[in-house]
Amino acid sequence: MKLNQIVDLIKGQIHTCTDKMDIVIKSACGADLMSDVMAFSKENTMLLTGLVNPQVIRTAEMMDIQAVVFVRGKKPSSEMCELAEEKGIVLLSTDLTMFTACGVLYKAGILGKGRECE
Amino acid sequence: MSSIIKKEYDIPANDFSLAGEASSNVRKLLTQLGVNPTIIKRTSIAMYEAELNVVIHGNGGKARVEIFEDKIEIFVFDEGPGIEDIELAMKEGYSTAPDSIREMGFGAGMGLSNIKRNSDKFVLESEPNKGTRVYITIYLY
Ligand SMILES: Nc1ncnc2c1ncn2[C@@H]1O[C@H](COP(=O)(O)OP(=O)(O)O)[C@@H](O)[C@H]1O
Ligand SMILES: [Mg+2]
Repeated sequence: MKLNQIVDLIKGQIHTCTDKMDIVIKSACGADLMSDVMAFSKENTMLLTGLVNPQVIRTAEMMDIQAVVFVRGKKPSSEMCELAEEKGIVLLSTDLTMFTACGVLYKAGILGKGRECE
Repeated sequence: MSSIIKKEYDIPANDFSLAGEASSNVRKLLTQLGVNPTIIKRTSIAMYEAELNVVIHGNGGKARVEIFEDKIEIFVFDEGPGIEDIELAMKEGYSTAPDSIREMGFGAGMGLSNIKRNSDKFVLESEPNKGTRVYITIYLY
């Protein structure tokens, strides 16, 4: 699904990389703990999170995540937007809660790929 | 065989917003060299976790990275408090990170095992008051 469709579905706001709305997202992960994103996320190119700090952008970079959605009405700071622009990562925000945002996207066909607990 | 690229990075203590700069830099180098994306991702995860540990637990340190024709070698070290029980530290879920770190989204105790999982060779050397050294090797092929 293209990012612009995702923005419509979650009634999102675009904060960076407005030229990248054609990126196709197939799978995503939702987490407030970046440690878990690092340890469990697999091949996901979108992250939904309620955590707002620069390490979210860095974690996204390391994990090849192309778009980050901040849930519950949280907005990235200008420092974060700068870092994300530099790294070419799309930042979005939505007023939806984590559960609802994930649910809406899952229902629309976005999958979740993760390493199972051992 | 001699290395193609040799780099050294400072990992400053107490500046959490800068943690990941060194890993990000190495990532760019590997991308420029046309390294396979899966290997770049494994290298990024391993080095970022090691870098975070130096910032969070090690009071800052350094990373030395050497890229050879067939492998990447990463050496991350600090002169911080060290680790008393390495076996325990390696366990998934074990963490001594303070709440302030958890509020930033880290400190789940998954880092060291994650480094090991993403490396081809992983050596952790540490003793109380003698700092911590992490050696990571990732083969390019
Ligand atoms: N560089 C280091 N210096 C001192 N202690 C460390 C270092 N790296 C790891 N440790 C110890 O090992 C534990 C587990 O590390 P890790 O698996 O990365 O989890 P986390 O960083 O989330 O706590 C840490 O909580 C800490 O007690
Ligand atoms: Mg760690």
